[in-house]
Amino acid sequence: MAFLEITGLRKRFGALEILKGIDLTLDRGGFLVLVGPSGCGKSTLLSTIAGLETISEGTISIAGEVVNDRHPSKRDIAMVFQSYALYPNMSVAQNIAFGLEMRGVPKPERDKAVAEVAKMLQIEHLLNRKPGQLSGGQRQRVAMGRALVRNPRVFLFDEPLSNLDAKLRVDMRTEIKRLHQKTGATIVYVTHDQIEAMTLATKIAVLKDGELQQVGTPSEIYNRPANLFVADFMGSPAMNLISAKVVNGGNSKGLSLSRHGGEPIVLPLSGALGVIAGQEGREVILGVRPEAITDPDGADRGATAVEMLNCFVDVVEPAGADTYVVTTLGGKEVVARMRADASIQPGQTTPFAFNLDKAVLFDPSTGQRL
Amino acid sequence: MSMIATPVEVHPRPKEGTMMRLQAALPKLVLAPSFAAILVFVYGFILFTIYLSFTRSRLLPVYELAGFDAYQRLWSQPNWWVAITNLGIFGGLYIGVCIALGLFLAILLDQKIRGEGVLRPIYLYPMALSFIVTGTAWKWFLNPGLGLEKTMHDWGYAWFKLDWLVNPDMAIYTVVIAGVWQASGFCMAMFLAGLRGIDGEILKAAQIDGASTIALYRRIVIPMLRPVFLSAFIVLAHMAIKSYDLVIALTGGGPGNATELPSTFMYSYTFTRNQMAVGAASAVIMLMTICAIIVPYLYSELREKNS
Amino acid sequence: MSAVAASSGPAGSSITTKVVIYGLLALFAVFYLLPLFVMVITSFKTLDEIREGNMLALPHNPTVEPWLAAWGSACVGLTCAGIKGYFWNSISMVVPAVAISTLLGALNGYVLTKWRFPGHKWVFGLMLFACFIPFQTVLIPMARILGLIGLADSIPGLVLVHVVYGLGFTTLFFRNYYEAFPNELIRAAQMDGASFFQIFRRILLPSSGPIIVVTVIFQFTNVWNDFLFGASFTSGANAPMTVALNNLVNTSTGVREYNVHMAAAMIAALPTLIVYVLAGRYFVRGLMAGAVKG
Repeated sequence: MAFLEITGLRKRFGALEILKGIDLTLDRGGFLVLVGPSGCGKSTLLSTIAGLETISEGTISIAGEVVNDRHPSKRDIAMVFQSYALYPNMSVAQNIAFGLEMRGVPKPERDKAVAEVAKMLQIEHLLNRKPGQLSGGQRQRVAMGRALVRNPRVFLFDEPLSNLDAKLRVDMRTEIKRLHQKTGATIVYVTHDQIEAMTLATKIAVLKDGELQQVGTPSEIYNRPANLFVADFMGSPAMNLISAKVVNGGNSKGLSLSRHGGEPIVLPLSGALGVIAGQEGREVILGVRPEAITDPDGADRGATAVEMLNCFVDVVEPAGADTYVVTTLGGKEVVARMRADASIQPGQTTPFAFNLDKAVLFDPSTGQRL
Repeated sequence: MSMIATPVEVHPRPKEGTMMRLQAALPKLVLAPSFAAILVFVYGFILFTIYLSFTRSRLLPVYELAGFDAYQRLWSQPNWWVAITNLGIFGGLYIGVCIALGLFLAILLDQKIRGEGVLRPIYLYPMALSFIVTGTAWKWFLNPGLGLEKTMHDWGYAWFKLDWLVNPDMAIYTVVIAGVWQASGFCMAMFLAGLRGIDGEILKAAQIDGASTIALYRRIVIPMLRPVFLSAFIVLAHMAIKSYDLVIALTGGGPGNATELPSTFMYSYTFTRNQMAVGAASAVIMLMTICAIIVPYLYSELREKNS
Repeated sequence: MSAVAASSGPAGSSITTKVVIYGLLALFAVFYLLPLFVMVITSFKTLDEIREGNMLALPHNPTVEPWLAAWGSACVGLTCAGIKGYFWNSISMVVPAVAISTLLGALNGYVLTKWRFPGHKWVFGLMLFACFIPFQTVLIPMARILGLIGLADSIPGLVLVHVVYGLGFTTLFFRNYYEAFPNELIRAAQMDGASFFQIFRRILLPSSGPIIVVTVIFQFTNVWNDFLFGASFTSGANAPMTVALNNLVNTSTGVREYNVHMAAAMIAALPTLIVYVLAGRYFVRGLMAGAVKG
């Protein structure tokens, strides 16, 4: 039995259903990231685990115990809030110790625990300050310290990095990852930032409109998205999703993509496209990540099915390490990720290398992966 | 961010026993005494007063209903008509002058004035004092034999005459002067806060558009202060209707009944003239007047916050 | 910066305009200060000087006699023991009334923002409306209830009245203040295991300094300055300061001792005046909070 287990969880506010039957499990020491756009219900889901929101149906159990009706303070969990929620009137040390104090832990033990945590987070020099005197990153550490000091069974993080500036966010992300590896804590983490999800998680759950779209490891989610929503949501720049049609006519046999101002291009049904072989006339949506469309020299040498096709270059966007090249296929903009030194000019027609090993196909009507 | 309900709602379920149930009910238990007190002492009492206004109570309440008898008697009292008329004069002038003067002072103070920190508290202090206190001074000041009139005579201005306090036709205006003196500084503070809240970029844009100072205030600033006008009106109107100390301290309702207001009318009919039902009826009229002003205002205020 | 000050224009306004503005402002300052000024100087004059001299002239031979008389020997109604007893009446009415109504207001504000329940808006709306009712509508039943529970003509009775009719304001103040207090802090404290009262005492109260000051000053001023309730529900020796002052001034027997009246008025005004001088900023904030329901 998994350490954290959520079954058939539903949450309604009046007539409005926010969570529509969530089933999730997490093993001890796992790092589960709940990701999804605003309003998908991920924060509500976290709050129900915390006990800050009641649930309408289903069960939540931690280490085999159902905790549905337990007060947040009795679930042995700790939470790091988006705004950090540091008590403004207390010093850093008092903030960290408050939870222990409320549980009746004697003062000497509290002091010891605070000192340990402060050392681990390198905030020893801040212990006597008030939250108002701290920078964003320092507050973040204190908030984590407050959670860590209790040594709870599960840590909950509610978008903890969203109030930090870009650079600090990356640093703190690494810090959280290191902390997880060091302590082996069980963590549930909410974010709307898919990069955070990819880097931190051992398991990702993608939510939309209160429903789970896909649960899996970061690589499963990234490489084999269950549906169009997940494909589009995870990854930056987003996966190219191109309308296409299976054709079989003379020399044009394969997957046909309409092209801006020219004949459609036709991809052979090799690599991952093999699944639709022989289904002539079928409409599909082809998903190719930008890094799977390159200049010919930049193509993955280990790939089994790389197809070169000439495409018209609309826009070139140098981005330092790479250059993004935009063309139009199937009536949509398609982004290719090319080497920075690939010499490509807008207005030119040039060969693009499609790595069909990495391609995925979706059914346009259901949105599900084929 | 994707939290739907902002309020913190924690309802531990009853499974954890009576203690938990008690915990869950605690917030309501804490609020209950205050709410109950308000229900009884405000709304219960209002209902009681309304009930009394439909009886023939005199010195003591009687509970036998007598229809609109008290209201008929109320509206046939010349005294009540004086009170209502006075409230109209007093209320209209008090609100109008306070708003005009408050706005004027606020605009003056907003011209990068040195010493604003000294002037502002001077304009506002009357609000902090009881009118029983300042009325004592005003009464003396306006007393023809002792106050300003005598001072002017002493200075040789024999033509100067200020006998409003003892002149039945003019006494109500002394109440207006004293009332304006007390509340206009408060109006000034409200308008000043409003002026300070206006986005400076809008004003810069208007200046670049070539607006003169007068045009700037007339066309841009004052229209933007609309909410402050509304707040000031509401506050002043309800203060005007409730004004009681002011009249008692300054004129005692006199000379004769020349400065009677509904508030003093209610008090004297109820407690000294033993006409409790008529007093109650006049209180109900006062309440209805205030409701007509306050209820729409509160309703829109609370509703706005909803969305 | 002051927004409209920009209207003086980049080139600044002319000297004449400035003079006119300062002149007007000074004139109004005189208008507002005059009654207080007259009160103060008159309270230090002898009766003779008042009769002979100019109202606006400073006292020739300042005397504190009127103050001593007002405090200890002036006649209020039929008793001639000054206003000191009434002053203490007011103090013993104000302190508990302010303390209780502020504490209850804080708790109410806490519940109405952090422990919401269905219908909390209605509860608040009803409490808010109570701030505006003309008190004439509750005078008759209140007098009867105070009689029934044995608090008629007593200071505890006035305390009860002021607590009840101050609750609307204190609740409004604290509710609006706590509304802006982050809910996440409450959630964090819940997860830390703090109880309802622990959260209030340890998390909210320590951050409530400014609103407590605002509320206490507002309530203090209101209760101290109240006349209607004092006049309606007490008489004689149990009356608060304002009622006694009014009686003193209107006592018609003997010579009218204007200097003593002014001194008594000053004594009645001093507590609120001192509070205003020390914490005027908070007083204004209270007035505004009561005026602009936000």
